[in-house]
Order: sequence, then structure tokens, then C-alpha cells
Amino acid sequence: MTQTLLEIRDLHKRYGAVEVLKGVDCTMAQGEVISIIGSSGSGKTTMLRCINMLEEFQGGSIRIDGQEIGYETVGGVRRRKKEKEIARQRAMTGMAFQQFNLFPHMTAARNVMLGLIKVRGMGRDEARSVAEKWLDRVGLLSRMDHYPGQLSGGQQQRVAIARAIAMNPKLMLFDEVTSALDPELVNEVLQVIKGLAEDGMSMLLVTHEMRFAYEVSTRVIFMNQGRIGEEGNPREMFVKPQTKRLAEFLKSSSFN
Amino acid sequence: MGYSLNFAAVWRSFDLLLEGLALSLGLAFAAILVGCVIGLATAFGLVSKNIAFRKPAGLYVTVIRNTPILVLVLFSYFALPQLGVRLGKIESFVLTLAIYSGAYLAEVFRGGLLSVPPGQREAGLAIGLTEMQIRTSIILPLMLRNVLPSLSSTMISLFKDTSLAAAIAVPELTFEARKINVETFRVIETWIVASCLYVATCSVLAALLRAVERRLAVPR
Repeated sequence: MTQTLLEIRDLHKRYGAVEVLKGVDCTMAQGEVISIIGSSGSGKTTMLRCINMLEEFQGGSIRIDGQEIGYETVGGVRRRKKEKEIARQRAMTGMAFQQFNLFPHMTAARNVMLGLIKVRGMGRDEARSVAEKWLDRVGLLSRMDHYPGQLSGGQQQRVAIARAIAMNPKLMLFDEVTSALDPELVNEVLQVIKGLAEDGMSMLLVTHEMRFAYEVSTRVIFMNQGRIGEEGNPREMFVKPQTKRLAEFLKSSSFN
Repeated sequence: MGYSLNFAAVWRSFDLLLEGLALSLGLAFAAILVGCVIGLATAFGLVSKNIAFRKPAGLYVTVIRNTPILVLVLFSYFALPQLGVRLGKIESFVLTLAIYSGAYLAEVFRGGLLSVPPGQREAGLAIGLTEMQIRTSIILPLMLRNVLPSLSSTMISLFKDTSLAAAIAVPELTFEARKINVETFRVIETWIVASCLYVATCSVLAALLRAVERRLAVPR
């Protein structure tokens, strides 16, 4: 049997009085590629950001490899784990952002090396060779000594993916990674992600690329108003949506 | 209008002016160094979510920035001893200028901190860095680059503020110039030379800081 990697139970998240996640349950096995789709404001990005504690959440639990993320309950009182422990847990996941968020004062190689040195405790030479390997993998070995400002959007996003992947995470989180790209640069990034999927990397992707979600995902989750509206195999879901909301969403998002 | 320029008397005492200038630079350097530490800590206080840091930091900046520096200089030299704090002229002035510059630099640094996009911190968190590592490896280097232009003008104006040490007879450039002025009666010459020394020093400082700025500029 494949092993459970991620287990989300009754996840609740509020911004003040507004509840954006109203009880999300989700179990993900090792090696799965899950796309999260849904209209803006449905909570898909928020859910992703809870998994690596970029967002606090007020109820429910998230487990990765059986470890409870971010919070612990001691004597019946739920409290945030210590900062160091949360940092260690965050390193179990890798994340790529919509805006790339590369460190602009560091070359591509140094962007990848920073976490390897500071978090994984590698020496400079080892970190450099790991960075080389992953930058090569995303097709940017020749650009490794370029600064982010000298790279195109698509190249920057590939460096950002290499930076996350080089840390050897158990789970990769992709947050609308092609939304800020010019259309002609989208494909090079999707190809990289597809390659990772083929290698068996476990991935959660928040995406608006319906065609891509259809092709690459083992499962699709449709978020609707802070809850999972529908989930399943992409071939069934995209062709025969069970709910009216998903049917409308698919129609409006030009999947055909 | 019978005044004819004669710099000879000033040149004879030129070494005194240079010694004064050296002391001015020393005062500025020490004060700004301490001021940078105070300013940085205060800036983090100003942007802190925690009110226990934010309020005192805000109060410090408000009080110091709204008090004339000459008043602060006179206060620490003449009033503090009455309260039992006895400092030498130089120590007293350096401390005052450090506290004064801390308030100005705090505002400069605060702007710099706010100019770093939140996504930078999140990217650091996502790879497992701690808040402290994010500060030292990402936020500070980016912030420093962003503030260099305004840091440079703040530093130059703080350097010029060392002339106020003359008010408590610290033998820096302005004090020495006044002495030469009194001894030689070459009023115009003395103050022209002193001004030129200030201008030249500030220009060199500005050029140095511009060089640092160019050196640190991120290629694009």
C-alpha cells in the first residue's frame, strides 16, 4: 500500500470574522499529484499556505508523515509550536510562489545554496554542487551565476523551483506558479513541473491551468467557498462534473 | 571695504584646523556607529507587531527628533552632571550625537525595512530559515541597498552636526576655527578655510558612499 503523506482534518481558518476555510479534510498519498482548482476567494491558496504555516489556522490539524504541523495540544490547550520547530517542519515541504520571490541580491546558484547551507548544514562546495545539479535539471546551468534581475520570468520561476526542490522536500507546494508569467513563458515552467511529477515527486498545485491540471494530476480538488466542493480523478471530474458549481467553474475557465 | 584677503595667518595654524577636522571625523564616526546600532534596533521596534516594542521606539524617535540638537548637547553636558551623570566633553558629545543620530537613522532604516517585499520573508520561511536567519541573510542586505542613498545624506548631515560640539568647547574643526579667528582677526579667511574643509570632507564622504552603493548594486 502507498503511504499516507499528508493528512488534513477539519481545517478551519479565519481572518478576523471572515472564515475562509470552513472545515477542509484531505488525505494525500506519497507520490500523488493533486491540483487544487476553484475561483478566487475559494480558499485554495490559503489551504496551501496553512500546510507550511505561512498562515496560522484556528482549528483542525495538518499532519505530514504523521507529524502534527504548527500546533500542539498540551493539557488540553492548543498552542503554536516553537519557532525553531516550525522552521524545521517547513523544511519538510518546498514551495514555489506566484511572484517567484527569488532573493534579488543573490545569484541563481546562491539562491539555491542558501537553504542548503543554513538549514541543511551543508558546506559551500557541497551546496554548490547540489545547486548545480538542480539548476541543470531545470535547464539553467548556464545561468547559475546570473542574478534574478538578469533572468526572464520563466527562468526565475524555474530557479525558484530548483531552490525548493534542492532542499529535498517530502512534498512540493505550487502556488499559481504560472499566473504572473507571460503566456509564452508558461510552458517551460509547466514542463519542469511535469518532469518532477514523472519522477514521483508528491505535489500540491494551486493552478488556473486547467489543461495542465487535467494532464498531470492524479487527483483534482475543487474548492468552493472554503470547502472541498468536489474531488476525484481529473478525467471524470472535468468531463462529468457532479456539482453545478464545478460545471459552471469549468465553463468559465475555458477548459475544453 | 578696506579688507584685503591674507591667508598667511590661517595657513600658519592650518595644522590646528586639520587636528580639529580629525576630531570632527572621529566624533562623527563613533557617534554614527553607535547610532546605527540604536537606529537598527529602534527600526525593528517601529515595525514590530508587538506594542511593547513599538511604543517605546516611537516615543524615543518623537522626543529626540523634535528637540534641537544644540539643546540636547547642552543638556547632556550641563544638566546631566546635576543628575549625577558626569561625562567628559567628548564622551558627552559622542553619546548625545549617537542618541540623536539613532532617532534619524531609525526612520531611515524603518523605510528600508518596509521596502523589502513580504514575499522575501515568506520565501525564506518556506525553505526553513528562522526569523533571525531571514533578517541577517535577506532583509538586512536588501534593506541596506535600499537605504544607501538616504543613509548617505543623513550621515553627511550628522557629520556637519559635530560642529555643535564647539558649544561645549570640544576642540573640533569649528572650535579651532573660532580660536584662530579670535587670535588672528582674519575672520573671512578663517571661515572660508573652515568651510572649504567641511565641503571637501563631505564630498569625499559622499563619493565613498556612492562607491559603496555602486559596489553593492544588484546587476540587472
